[in-house]
Amino acid sequence: MNFFTLLRREIRAYFLSPVAWVVLFFFLLMTGFNFYAGVAALNRGPSEVTVVEAFFNTIFFWFGFILVIPLITMRLFSEEYKMGTIESLMTAPVRDSHVVFAKYGGALFFFIVLWLPSLLYFMVFSRVTKLAAAGASGPFLGAYSMLLLIGMFYLSIGCLASALTRNQIIAAIMSFSMITLLFFMGLLTFFILNITATLREMTSYFSALEHMGEASRGIFDSRPLVFYLSLTAIFLFLTFHVFQSRRWRN
Amino acid sequence: MNFARRFLAIQGESRHKLRFLERVNKRTRNLLMIKVAGLTKTYAGVSAIQGLDFTVTKGEIVGFLGPNGAGKSTTMRILSCFMPATSGTASVAGFDVATQSREVRSRVGYMPENVALYPEMRVQEYLEYRAALKGVRGRRNRQRVNAVKELCSLRDVETKLIGALSKGYRQRVGIADALVNDPDLLILDEPTIGLDPNQIRQVRQLIRDLGKRHTILLSTHILSEVEMICSRVLIINRGRIAASDTAENLVGRVRTAGGVTAEIRAEADELQGALVALTGVRRADVVPMDDGWMECTLRTDAEHDPREEVARLAAARGWPLRALGREQVSLERVFAAITQAEEM
Repeated sequence: MNFFTLLRREIRAYFLSPVAWVVLFFFLLMTGFNFYAGVAALNRGPSEVTVVEAFFNTIFFWFGFILVIPLITMRLFSEEYKMGTIESLMTAPVRDSHVVFAKYGGALFFFIVLWLPSLLYFMVFSRVTKLAAAGASGPFLGAYSMLLLIGMFYLSIGCLASALTRNQIIAAIMSFSMITLLFFMGLLTFFILNITATLREMTSYFSALEHMGEASRGIFDSRPLVFYLSLTAIFLFLTFHVFQSRRWRN
Repeated sequence: MNFARRFLAIQGESRHKLRFLERVNKRTRNLLMIKVAGLTKTYAGVSAIQGLDFTVTKGEIVGFLGPNGAGKSTTMRILSCFMPATSGTASVAGFDVATQSREVRSRVGYMPENVALYPEMRVQEYLEYRAALKGVRGRRNRQRVNAVKELCSLRDVETKLIGALSKGYRQRVGIADALVNDPDLLILDEPTIGLDPNQIRQVRQLIRDLGKRHTILLSTHILSEVEMICSRVLIINRGRIAASDTAENLVGRVRTAGGVTAEIRAEADELQGALVALTGVRRADVVPMDDGWMECTLRTDAEHDPREEVARLAAARGWPLRALGREQVSLERVFAAITQAEEM
């Protein structure tokens, strides 16, 4: 299958470039510090939150999360446009959709790899503390699947941005601003005073903070699931069309 | 009722027509590798090619000759399905480039003008990847990759990173990539550009060898290259086909209109008078050179070669002669000759 050939190349491309290792290094540093800070907070005394909640709901977590997405996705299409390798890629008998899915799949794979070490933190923590709450599977599954869902959505935004331009920096700026705008939409309502309760409630439905907060307490809600999956599909669909239209535009 | 009958009639007719076309297609598929009809491409209102028509038969090595910006690359990019034409049709091996693009792509080996490769991959790895992408898998993948490595002399760099390769090697990786799925048609866009003379010779030899098994369409703006490699030349100028002929005929056409150059030391006026008096010489230009010698350029009739007479003349008058030769036929002259002929 052509798709798997493409996917393999995309994944390898990440690990063959120094950028990926630099990203991985600093990302681990950040999540490590975040975990340390969470544990330190719990050490201060009795608390209502579990370590999972403390890890997934901090500013460090979100900052790293939002910042890393454009770094992962910016090269996807832009690099091929810029280097001219798009010409040999698209004159091979490949389907446009396979190319888009392979690139997205490669990005998603790298995103997952970024988070894998954090699993280790929790394993060590529950082994050492032997706390029942630390080992509870609900918050774990919730937080990590929400991580994946939000990640899938944001990566699809990054994919679209990269398909739009041959300049990686522009791609990164576009996806970063789009993602932050979406992310802070929920927060913005707190700064606007004369807002109706229903409007505030509506924006909270879009809030990634809200979704993650619930999921990391172990609460399953099907609404964010549908929300993120459908938005991912829409953005990939847009990416596909933007990518295809390059052929016809020039 | 009437409408329905008419509708059915149209349907029936088109079905017949379709079947007929299919039959024609099948018969010609074996012969015609490329068929281009009325191909036009405009970029933001500026046309790169206008109503191009030509065909390439199986087994030919066709050279696409033209100055920069004549539309060579555009035509090749359309044929390799990288971009669509604005209007007109093109087909490769009987498949339409617009509607049966993947069929075409799996039968064409295309080397773009700027060979862009992934610098972080190794040569071996890259060729395996490209072969797999073109549907060459399993044991055949290894066989084909080995074969093209041998053919393009890439054995000694197979483990090197592509980013560390010299231009000549990269060019060869590009050709190897184009060849890796054993395509029916090879499209090579300026395969020798940017290479040193040694590498140019190697690549030309390679193309000539490939021509024994593949149909090749290559572009160049070097006339001697076309003469050496191609069985037929298509001259493209300002987006139109200006001429289509064998290389010998084409060069012959220009040679006859060409001339003879000589370097003689003599008094200018006397020399000029003597040269014009030779049979078949229509015009003689005598230009003094820096060191006191005269550079003479003779325009002759088609059937005359005055070189022998020039030598005899110099000997008889006791004029020293240090150079005598036929004018090099340059692409500019071919062009001038062909476009002038068109205008007349």
